[in-house]
Parts: sequence; structure tokens; C-alpha cells
Amino acid sequence: VSATAWAWLVLLFPLLGSITIGLGFRVLPTRIAGAIGTAAIALAFAAGIATLLSLLGEDPEARHHASSLWDYASVAGLDIKLGIFVDPLSVFMVLVVTGVSTLIHLYSFGYMQSDAGYRRFFAYLNFFVFSMLLLVLAGNFVLLIVGWAFVGFASYALISFWYRRQTATKAGMKAFVINVVGDIGLTLAAFLIFRELGTFEYSEVFEKAPHVFQTNEWTITAICLLLLVGAFAKSAQLPFHTWLPDAMEGPTPVSSLIHAATMVTAGVYLIARTHVLFELAPTAADIAAFVGLATLLIAGTIALVMTDLKRAIAYSTMSQIGYMVVGVSIGAYSAGMFHLMTHAFFKALLFMAAGSIIAAMANEQNIDKMSGFGRAMRFTSIAMVCGGLALAAFPGTSGFFSKDEILAYADARGGMYVIFTVLGYLGALLTAVYTFRLIFRIIPGRPCPEAQELIDTGHVHHPDGPPLNPATGETEDADVGFPGPDHHIAEQSWPMKLAMGVLAFLALAGGLVQVPGVDDVIGAFLEPVWEGSPLAAIHPSDLAEWEGLGVGAAISVVGIAVAWFLYIARPETPALLQRKLRPLHTLFVNKWYFDEAIDFLIVRPALAIGRFANRVFERFVVDGLVTGTQETVRGSGSVVRAVQNGFVRSYALLLIAGFAGLALYFLLTN
Amino acid sequence: MNITWYIVLSSLLFATGAVGILIRRSPMVILLCLELMLNAGNLALIAFSRMVGNQEGQVFALVVMVVAACEVVVGLGLIVAIFRRKLPLNVDNLRELRG
Repeated sequence: VSATAWAWLVLLFPLLGSITIGLGFRVLPTRIAGAIGTAAIALAFAAGIATLLSLLGEDPEARHHASSLWDYASVAGLDIKLGIFVDPLSVFMVLVVTGVSTLIHLYSFGYMQSDAGYRRFFAYLNFFVFSMLLLVLAGNFVLLIVGWAFVGFASYALISFWYRRQTATKAGMKAFVINVVGDIGLTLAAFLIFRELGTFEYSEVFEKAPHVFQTNEWTITAICLLLLVGAFAKSAQLPFHTWLPDAMEGPTPVSSLIHAATMVTAGVYLIARTHVLFELAPTAADIAAFVGLATLLIAGTIALVMTDLKRAIAYSTMSQIGYMVVGVSIGAYSAGMFHLMTHAFFKALLFMAAGSIIAAMANEQNIDKMSGFGRAMRFTSIAMVCGGLALAAFPGTSGFFSKDEILAYADARGGMYVIFTVLGYLGALLTAVYTFRLIFRIIPGRPCPEAQELIDTGHVHHPDGPPLNPATGETEDADVGFPGPDHHIAEQSWPMKLAMGVLAFLALAGGLVQVPGVDDVIGAFLEPVWEGSPLAAIHPSDLAEWEGLGVGAAISVVGIAVAWFLYIARPETPALLQRKLRPLHTLFVNKWYFDEAIDFLIVRPALAIGRFANRVFERFVVDGLVTGTQETVRGSGSVVRAVQNGFVRSYALLLIAGFAGLALYFLLTN
Repeated sequence: MNITWYIVLSSLLFATGAVGILIRRSPMVILLCLELMLNAGNLALIAFSRMVGNQEGQVFALVVMVVAACEVVVGLGLIVAIFRRKLPLNVDNLRELRG
């Protein structure tokens, strides 16, 4: 069996799972639906492994295959195949997506148990995995756009999963609208590519592009900037990031899978996939890198002050994706993809731990109300610390190696790219501080009432009275679209525990596959994809990498120490700092006023134009046209109607007079 | 014999019918006047046919007769229906189709 056949199977299993659960949701028992969903993704993962093995059996130079099942669209010289492209990059993404998805499905199997929409959840989740796999396996830009739009829809459906919550449906719409802006960018980029190169197929585009375009020609720069619009909207980079924190309204496994591990990294994948084009447009690549840098710093500062647990982690996700975008934009392709993988591990884990804690808090997400979970939930706490260490790039953990590889590359490339190293380390300091701010506030200390109850009774806290939405305090509709009265926490559910255990191991040890000077598994595997790229040929020396790792280690430890000092040793200092740095704090708490700025610059003008169009254009032009036509018809009708007076004899007279007139006319003209 | 006489007769007949339709109010008479006009047409057709020397005009006259017969059937049927309903047999009063 060839690699492409396995890759088709990778696509098939989640699709079948989604269809089975989606169509059989009335008949399937809940647990069976969850098992089908999980098994489908596990099978896809197995098929992904098989693809990998069959690819590894080949010569490194020959590890790229295009395969198509049938024509997707064939009109007027345009021939688009329903085709996939299998190469180390897509297989790498397939493995990350299916691997993490399998674990998150397993986690959801326990976490969503009391939810009224359990089967719907798994149908959506499988559909999401299918779309994401379509996105990464697509063999041309058209299928890429299809997958791109599908994940956008899946994200929308899952953010608004609890559809009786106003906040959730609004967040879903926001995510959808911003993602569609990105879709438009991507589509326009594909149009431009087709206009210039006459094809949508990846292999042909990347082969032709260097011969057709001159470096930094305006067309290729425009193509790359449009691709970036798509990438930034999907990957929540400035200024298209505002949907991601709001997307935390969805169930926690969704945040973990879609809004941390997989979908939001699609932009990074896109840049890596089209790196040939970006190398022809260095200006666009530099813009991307600087946007990534700005995102990683700004999101880091916001994460420092967020009191909502999931939103804080969401900002951290943005920040980490900023690192990846910097990486793949400056040429550290393998390093960027490596960080994508490790980030998927530790961020999924952090969200799972957060979900477990939020469940124990009865859906309360405010960290001000949490403390002392170390004793109440030992397993979750350990998992959270593992994820936190990896995120803070603690020496030896996965994040440590992946983040520093990007920064070391920037240093090795030299010139102005040293900025990325310096500010990247600043971002790393922020990362360590905000990560351990969360951990130090939640885990140690005196147990909060909910945690105490868990210690005393072994039960999860249930609020009295009708269920309320903790975000707004509104009463919730408990029949449909409701998280369920029972809350499932990792401590009491083995699937959740298993999923978190595996991820905790990967978060700690996942970096060991790529230790400078020791091994280079990911880099060597992905090498053929960047063949012929001058940027990918730059390698920092082992010495430089170890120096970088040393600096990274020091910064991580300092960051954790700062967090320890602020939140454990001197718990009164944060409040003091808050008072002293009031303007800065206000800026961060209000998320740098991005929502307000977008509201002011785009939403309000759009609304104003809409209102103007409604008042003037609609009222006078459109209505005028319509009523005018009607009035004209009616007016001319009333003139002609006089003839229809009902006197048969007058009709006869008209008839005869008319014929007589005609006859006279012909006689005279002859 | 000159064709002019036939055409003059036909025109007179036609004019009589047309004037009759315009000035008379009884549907019965209007129907008769219609017949008059049709037969004026027939006369002209046959006269021209003889002049040209083939039978096409005569065949057409036969068709006109068939149409006239059909028209009489419908027209008389209408008149009988009007009469049975005890409506005035006066076309000026039958003006429900006013626009």
C-alpha cells in the first residue's frame, strides 16, 4: 500500500465517524457515539503512522507524492483535481493533528458526559478533524480553501456549542466573521496565483514561481500579503486576533483542540507550505515576522493580567503562535514546525487541566476565586505544572528546545533578525511569569470553598438553585445547549486522566527528539521539504544553540522566580504594582484596546455606511426605482384603460377605424 | 365582365355590414351584419380567384364559411343564454367587461 493510499484513509476515517454520529445521533447510545468518534480519530492516527512509515521507506528526495481521486472542477481550461499532496510536511501535520485529536477525543469522552449535546459534540469534533486533515493534505489551493473554510465552520459550530448562551453564540459569530475575512484574503491570493501561473496545483506553483516572479515584484508581494491575511485570521495574529479569546466560550476540549493545538496553527502551516513564495517576497516575509513578534509581546502582556483562566491561556496561545510565525517567516521552518508540535502537546495539556479545574469550580473561570487545588486535585495539578513548565520553557522540557531553536536561528541569520532573538527572549520572560502566575494562584495556598468541598466530601461542588452562566450570571436553559449539571474532573474519570498523562509525558519529554548536537529527528525528516531554499540552509552552530539554550534556561528560571516572588513570597506586591503602574495595567486589562479600535475603525464606519445606505440609497434610489416603475405602469394603464369602456360597438368602431386608417395609409404610400 | 363591379358590390356589402354593427344595438342584428361582412369578403375572394385563374381563393372562401358557421353557433348560443336569463338584448347594456 502506497503512502497516498494511507493518506486517503487518514481522511476517510474522521469523515465516516462524523457522518455516522451525525446521522445516527438519535439512535446511537451516548457512550457508543463517543467511542465511535474516538476510534475514528485513533484509526486516522494509525493510518497517519502507516503513511509515515511508507514515506520513510523511500529515498528522501522522492518523498513527495500527489494523488487525486477524481476531478473536482473542470471548466474552460481550469482543471482542478480532488487531490492530496503527501510530503514530510503534510505527514508531520497529520500526525500532530490526529495524535493530539485522539487524546482530546478521549478527554471529551469523559469531560462531556453529562452534556445534553454529547453526540452532536462528537459529530462536530470529528468533522473538525476531517476538515483540518483536508486542509493539511490538500494538493492544490482550491482544496486548501475548502478545508480552510470547513475548519472555520467547525470552529464556529463548536464555539457556539452551548447555543442557548448569548455569549457563546456571539463569540461564534465573531470568530466566523473574522475567519471569513481571512478566507477572502486566501481566495484572492489563489486567484492571483492562478492569473500569474495558470495552475492551482502545489507542485506546479512552487516549480514555476521562481521562474515567473522576480524577487519582491509587486504581484508576488501582493500574493504573499493576501496569504498572510488568511494566515493571520486563522492563527489569531494582530490585528485579527480578537476572536480567539472570545472563542473560549466553547467547551474546554474545543479550546484545547481547535483553539490551541490544531486549527490556530493552520496559518503557520500555510506559511511553511508556501515558503517558496515567501522567499520570493522577502518584504512580505519580514512583515509577517514583525507581526508575529508584535503579537507574541502584546499577547504576553495581556496574559499577565487576565483573570479568566481560559482567556489567559488563550492569550498565551496567541503569543506562542507568534513565535511560530516568526520562525516560519524568517526561515526557521523546521524550528517553527517543531514549536508547533511541542506547543500542541503542552497547550492541549494546559487546557485539559484548566478544564478539569473549571469543572471542579462548576464552570467558574475566574482565577481570583481559585486557590489550593494542589491538595484537592493532585493529578490535575501535576499535569498543569508539567504543561506550565513546558510553556515557560523550563530547561529540559519540550518548549525549552523548540522555542530556543527559533531564537537561535534568528541570531544565526544575523542582521536585523537579531531583534527577534532579543525580543523573543523578552517574550519568554513574560511567558514564564504569566504561566506561573496562573499556577501559583491556583495550585498552592488555602483551598477555596470548592476545593475544600472536594477534599472533604470527594464530590464536585454544585451550586444551589437554577444553573447560571458564570460569565454573565444569566439563568441558563438546562434542556438543550447546556454543559450539564454534573462536572467531570480528571481525578474521577480515567479517559481524561489517560489523555492528560500521555500529554504530560510528551510535554516534558517531547523536546528530546531535537536536541542540538545530539539528535535532529524533526529537522532531518522535514529537510526534503525545504530543498533548494537558501534560508533553510542556514544552521546555527551547536555552540550557538547551546548558548541560546543557556540564556533561555536562565530567563525561564528568572521568570518563574519572579512569579514565585510576586504570588507566593510577597502576595501583596501585585496589587501594589497595579496601583503604581495604573495606566499600564489598564492598557493590558483592556487588551490594548484592540476590540475598541476595531469597533471604532471598522465596525462603526461599516454600520454608518449601512445606515446611510438604508436611509438614503435604499429609501430613495432602490425604493424610488421600484415605486417609479410601478407608478409608470399604473399611470400608463389608466390612460389606456379609458378605451376599455365596455361598449362593444365602440370597440367595433375602433377596429374598423383602425383598419380603414391602415388601408388609407397603404393606399397613400403606394 | 370587369372585376370592378364585383369589388364595388363587395365593398357596399361590407360597408352595410360595418355600419350595421356600429349603429344597431340588438345582438341578433349585429350577428347578421357580421355575416354580411364575411360574405362580402367571400365575394371579393372568389372574384379575385376567378380573375387570377386558380382555385386558392375559392378554397379560402370555403374556410371562411366554416369559420362563419362556428361563429354563428357561438354567437347564437350567447344570445339564447342572454335571453334565458331575461337580460336586455341590448349590447350597450352588456358592459360588465369595462376596464
